Amino acid sequence: MSSLHGESYEPQSKFMKWFESRLPVMGLLYPTAVTFPTPRNLNYFWTFGAILMVFLVIQLITGIVLAMHYTAHVAFAFESVEHIMRDVNFGWLLRYVHANGASMFFLAVYIHIFRGLYYGSYKAPREILWILGVVLLLLMMATAFMGYVLPWGQMSFWAATVITNLFSAIPLIGKEITQWMWGGFAVDNPTLNRFFSLHYLLPFMIAAVVVLHIWALHVPGNNNPLGIDVKKKQDTLPFHPYYTVKDSFALIVFFVLFAAFVFYAPNYLGHTDNYIKANPLVTPAHIVPEWYFLPFYAILRAIPDKLGGVIAMFGSIAVLFVLPWLDTSKVRSARFRPLYRQFFWILLAVCIGLGYLGSQPAEGGFVIAARILTAYYFFHFLILLPLLGFVEKPKPLPASISESVLAKSAGAAGAESKA
Amino acid sequence: MFDLGKTRARRFLLASALVAAGGLTVVASLPAMAAEGAALPKQEWSFSGPFGKFDRAQLQRGFQVFKEVCASCHSMGLISFRNLAESGGPEFPEDAVKALAAEYEVQDGPDKDGEMFTRPALPSDRIPAPFANEQAARASNNGSLPPDLSVITKARHGGADYIYALLSGYEEAPADIELRDGMSYNAYFTGHQIAMPAPLFEDAVEYSDGTAGTVEQYAKDVAAFLTWAGEPSLEARHKMGLNVMIYLVILAGLLYAAKRRLFSSVDH
Amino acid sequence: MASSKTAEPTRRDFLYIATGSFAAVGAAAAVWPLVDQMNPDASVQALAAIEVDLSAIEEGQSVTVKWQGKPVFIRHRTAKEIEEARSVDISTLRDPQSDEQRVKEGHEQWLVMVGICTHLGCVPVGQSGDFDGWFCPCHGSHYDTAGRIRRGPAPLNLEVPAYEFVEDEKVRIG
Repeated sequence: MSSLHGESYEPQSKFMKWFESRLPVMGLLYPTAVTFPTPRNLNYFWTFGAILMVFLVIQLITGIVLAMHYTAHVAFAFESVEHIMRDVNFGWLLRYVHANGASMFFLAVYIHIFRGLYYGSYKAPREILWILGVVLLLLMMATAFMGYVLPWGQMSFWAATVITNLFSAIPLIGKEITQWMWGGFAVDNPTLNRFFSLHYLLPFMIAAVVVLHIWALHVPGNNNPLGIDVKKKQDTLPFHPYYTVKDSFALIVFFVLFAAFVFYAPNYLGHTDNYIKANPLVTPAHIVPEWYFLPFYAILRAIPDKLGGVIAMFGSIAVLFVLPWLDTSKVRSARFRPLYRQFFWILLAVCIGLGYLGSQPAEGGFVIAARILTAYYFFHFLILLPLLGFVEKPKPLPASISESVLAKSAGAAGAESKA
Repeated sequence: MFDLGKTRARRFLLASALVAAGGLTVVASLPAMAAEGAALPKQEWSFSGPFGKFDRAQLQRGFQVFKEVCASCHSMGLISFRNLAESGGPEFPEDAVKALAAEYEVQDGPDKDGEMFTRPALPSDRIPAPFANEQAARASNNGSLPPDLSVITKARHGGADYIYALLSGYEEAPADIELRDGMSYNAYFTGHQIAMPAPLFEDAVEYSDGTAGTVEQYAKDVAAFLTWAGEPSLEARHKMGLNVMIYLVILAGLLYAAKRRLFSSVDH
Repeated sequence: MASSKTAEPTRRDFLYIATGSFAAVGAAAAVWPLVDQMNPDASVQALAAIEVDLSAIEEGQSVTVKWQGKPVFIRHRTAKEIEEARSVDISTLRDPQSDEQRVKEGHEQWLVMVGICTHLGCVPVGQSGDFDGWFCPCHGSHYDTAGRIRRGPAPLNLEVPAYEFVEDEKVRIG
């Protein structure tokens, strides 16, 4: 299948003709970013891809700027962050945007992922697109984790200690691996330095994978709420102006939430202990990761075995890599899958439940609940999805997007005339 | 047409609902507050809420309490004297800050003979700490380390409410609790046994503006001062936030109108 | 609702242009913090002015203090040096300036200058050169006892920073 294309670029001015014949950059971008044929029935859940792109750029720019003032040394890191907050012009704004931007980034990516799960966006022919998305999630998690270490507060230090210690669960070479990661015998200055270096590097790798992700998207084109293929030109609209304007509107609405955090509750999503300078001799009473890691943290703690817990945690993401082959149903959208739709909502509730349990102390009923929900999480992907394809009787699919859209507006018109 | 608008509105509502649900998840999954301390009574603060501003007179009184009481054991190493004159803070006059700084001696040097020397502090200097190092602080405080107060309101759950509750919450230990040597009872402190003896008492500090010298008043003023010290950009943040919000709402309105107009001619 | 379908093109265009312009204004405003963060921050600004006590500098002596990352020469001139500086015919100078223009009235004995050669930025050596002032070892510029360029490649006199006497023997530079 060749790549989908919109109308190709015809340079109008003399200069652009001259330029385009030497560097055909518009010829490359125009059919993929301007006239790209996009299904006409996309809903607001499809705006999060664009929102995520914007947040990647925000994080990159504010991050590069913060790095101009930050000092990656255990003796100065905490003070240099406070220097940014107090002395640097607009430093408080830049730091709060960067810190809360990470949370917004994850909120948007989780909505993006669950949209993909609901509408079956991972199914053929979009498997590579989905897998690249999971790679992006992993890169994001690594970047966010290392970024959280940089202010060198108590939570920074102990999160770094706990997470790097996960690798000590690796049989035989666990100790060597952790010491290699630390550059010492505990989390210390060498660790902070390399985390800073990698925290600066990884976002550019994210950007590179995003390019691949979009490339892979533009071969089959967007999925859509009906989950059926685009069949003719009437099924689509050019990306610009229709979806540029719609995405912009959704972005600004999302920015309102973002601004509410940045300006009115900038530390709400953080942890008070991270305003205490790192102290390797005192562990905070209650170590919790940032909210976006809580479901994974709950899975880690649900397994009463060190290696098992680590395997389960990484497995909860690894299972997403093979999701396109675990789901045996040929129908993409949950709209036409009455059973899957129920299980989708259960899965969402389970993930939110795991997030809640991750924030609670690992004791008593919380652990039992976390075990049940962890078991269900894997049950959903490993057993339910393969079976569902055989058991479930999907609803009839519409013949095409345009037909469905026309039927809907006819129905709406009918309803209006009746009213 | 009207109904289509409704469909779109419904879809938008659904999307917003999911964003909101995501937000709520965040809220619900926030770390549970450490259960050990008693629930904090909420106080009225001039700086809370989206339009909150500091009360200059309160910050100035709070600094006086810090200087005359807290500073004998607690450092405030991230604050420079000049900060006390900057806008959005206590806004002491420049001259007063200069005179205040000169009351302190700071180490400088080495001079041309290679000796370190002390000189009166300048507004650009940080507020000097009462102890030379952690060991000295512990040695003078029964083995406990008085924490630095620069960002204390951000480093404790409850912020200013916690500081107020702690400072005004000293009481006799209940009969069933045996206090360890040198400890005081405080219901709001984790574990209820605190190494800091009750620092405030009636008329401990004499306010020049005639404000009553009660423990509650001192606690409140110093909690406000410490909130400013931890977040000196609060007023600038609130002010910019209002402008940004107004801008975003207008832009969202414009974009929504543009989007509706665009899609009005196509079925979708 | 139906009216929106038949709206004339100009009104339609106006909405899009207004939206685009409004968005552009916001984007431009958002760039300012990113630019301004590179300007000297508050802790640097706090050191933009220094006060120097002159009482310890004896006649004929000079000291070098650091101000805004640069050396500042403060010379307590002797009567002979002042006399030398004032007896020069100004019209013969490369950068014509009288000695009176380079010191504060009533404090003629004090010469305060940024110690950076106006040629290529080296730091001249004091009490030397052909005019008893300063000599820049890099390319051989000679300055006199008022810090004026007299010989060599430098185009201008040594810069006099903004300063004032806060007390009789105390200056604030900056």
